[in-house]
Amino acid sequence: MRRRSHRFRSRVLTPYLMLAPGILLFAVFMAAPILYTLYLSFQRVEVSGLGLGSGARKQVFAGLDNYAAALSDPEFAASVGRVLLYGLILIPCMLGLALLFALLLDSRRSRATTFSRVSIFLPYAVPAVISSLLWGFLYLPSVSPFYYVTERLGLDMPQILSSGLIMFGIANIALWGGVGFNMIVIYTSLKAVPNDIYEAARLDGATETQIALRIKIPIVMPSLIMTALFSIVATLQVFAEPTTLRPLTNTLSTSWTPLMKVYRDAFTRDDIYSAAASSIVIAAATLLISFVFLRVVQKRAFGQED
Amino acid sequence: MATSSTLTPPLRSRRDSVHGHEKPSPVATALLLLGALYCLLPVLWVLMASTKDGSELFSTFTFAPSTHLFDNIAQLSAYRDGLFWRWMANTALYAGAGAIASTFVSALSGYVLAKFVFPGKGAVFNILLMGVLVPGVILAIPQYFLMAQLGLTNTYWAVFLPQIISPYGIYLARIYAAAAVPTDVVEAARTDGSSELGIFARIAMPMMLPGLVTIFLFQFVAIWNNFMLPYIMLGDDSLFPITVGLNGLLNQGASAPALYTLVVTGALLSVLPLILMFLLLQRFWRVDLAAGAVKA
Repeated sequence: MRRRSHRFRSRVLTPYLMLAPGILLFAVFMAAPILYTLYLSFQRVEVSGLGLGSGARKQVFAGLDNYAAALSDPEFAASVGRVLLYGLILIPCMLGLALLFALLLDSRRSRATTFSRVSIFLPYAVPAVISSLLWGFLYLPSVSPFYYVTERLGLDMPQILSSGLIMFGIANIALWGGVGFNMIVIYTSLKAVPNDIYEAARLDGATETQIALRIKIPIVMPSLIMTALFSIVATLQVFAEPTTLRPLTNTLSTSWTPLMKVYRDAFTRDDIYSAAASSIVIAAATLLISFVFLRVVQKRAFGQED
Repeated sequence: MATSSTLTPPLRSRRDSVHGHEKPSPVATALLLLGALYCLLPVLWVLMASTKDGSELFSTFTFAPSTHLFDNIAQLSAYRDGLFWRWMANTALYAGAGAIASTFVSALSGYVLAKFVFPGKGAVFNILLMGVLVPGVILAIPQYFLMAQLGLTNTYWAVFLPQIISPYGIYLARIYAAAAVPTDVVEAARTDGSSELGIFARIAMPMMLPGLVTIFLFQFVAIWNNFMLPYIMLGDDSLFPITVGLNGLLNQGASAPALYTLVVTGALLSVLPLILMFLLLQRFWRVDLAAGAVKA
């Protein structure tokens, strides 16, 4: 009897025990930081007297002050505006090219597909810092082969590292790094389609282009939506590319993107409270999008389980 | 879903279209090759540029190779007693050990979520899934304060620990366990008296293996790629991963362009192992985000 109840208890506890490492790590490194940021965002430091001595600086409740300050800060608004424009340039180009390449790889009329697939996917192996470094040098007139050639030809090539074009320069780096991954995602969902659908269409006289437009694109639409969502989330947190390019140009401010501003506020200016509020604003915007994600994904993904 | 009957057929000659797919299209192939060229260009450039000495880098056409590759590598290796190789080793440690730990935790959690029925399962999964889209970089700053409280900033742990948890890895592992591990096999092992951890390690893990390789690769690349976390956590440059190290070197290069040669050579040496790994493990990169299935 004792033994049975012991066994019963261990059967009930087993899933929780096995989930413990994951839940613990999640709680400490994801949930706790989020809650802590939330707490900090409602605090501020009150300095009494001359601000000397250990009791002179005191953390007090600030209400929504930090949020009001963050949302009305022209620097923050400017960085958000830049990131939105950057996303508008990057995401349609990246996903458009990814879709095009995936369809071309899947088309029976293309050649050199293995070479192209591997080559286009390769930049995914290059970390954003390194790819920014490579492109940064390619943008730098004193080193770049492009400027070398255009100069010899007497052409005036526009300065990519100038304030007008740097946005495109950074978008190009992200495009280079991201197009291959998205292409593979779309290509994988194309490969999952049984071939007889295409055969039937071909027998009905559809051309490869018609098949691509009317059958393949609708089939990969869910993948396309997912890659778009992931791209939007990644865009909101762009940090490594502009940070790496900063030594090569003087057009990138320390608050060029929202996250760069958060970093600067927290570590250079020691204002962790306003950095926390800005983080929450960015996270809330992201969460709004993840809510959409949850609804799309959960319906589709878990049909085959117990 | 669109079927053949919904296609409006402005028919060309029927013979053409049936045999049309056999005929190669130069336009399609050219577009693909153009894409490949665009993607290879910076890699080819760094290959060429790393063969040049400091003055050649700034004066000659950088797609023409020179002869100084080994000098550059020697110079880079000598830089501050081989600091560069230390960065490489650190990166391998952060990404390698981190991805192994992460894959194991993801596999265990995903397996439990797929194969056990218990109260709170839905809530646990939904909370984990929310973590998928919580931007990791937004966590970096509070993670820093947390690590500072624990006295762990500026240590290996500060970069290693926060990256073990991967909600996306757990999500993929759940899908993989659901698809690859039959419930009756688990039940049979239970009847035979195997322990639950034993069933997981000896029966479920091997069945999930191809999916786990994909999770490992994902996490490996994510950690290798993560710039902000080590950038925030570490002050001691002997603990840096390669990304933070090269970023620092480039920063110094702004005032001492001689360092650019080192940066270029370092960039080349740091992408080579990863590119090699990609080519070798290519077949595991089959990701279907929308259907949520990983096919390997």
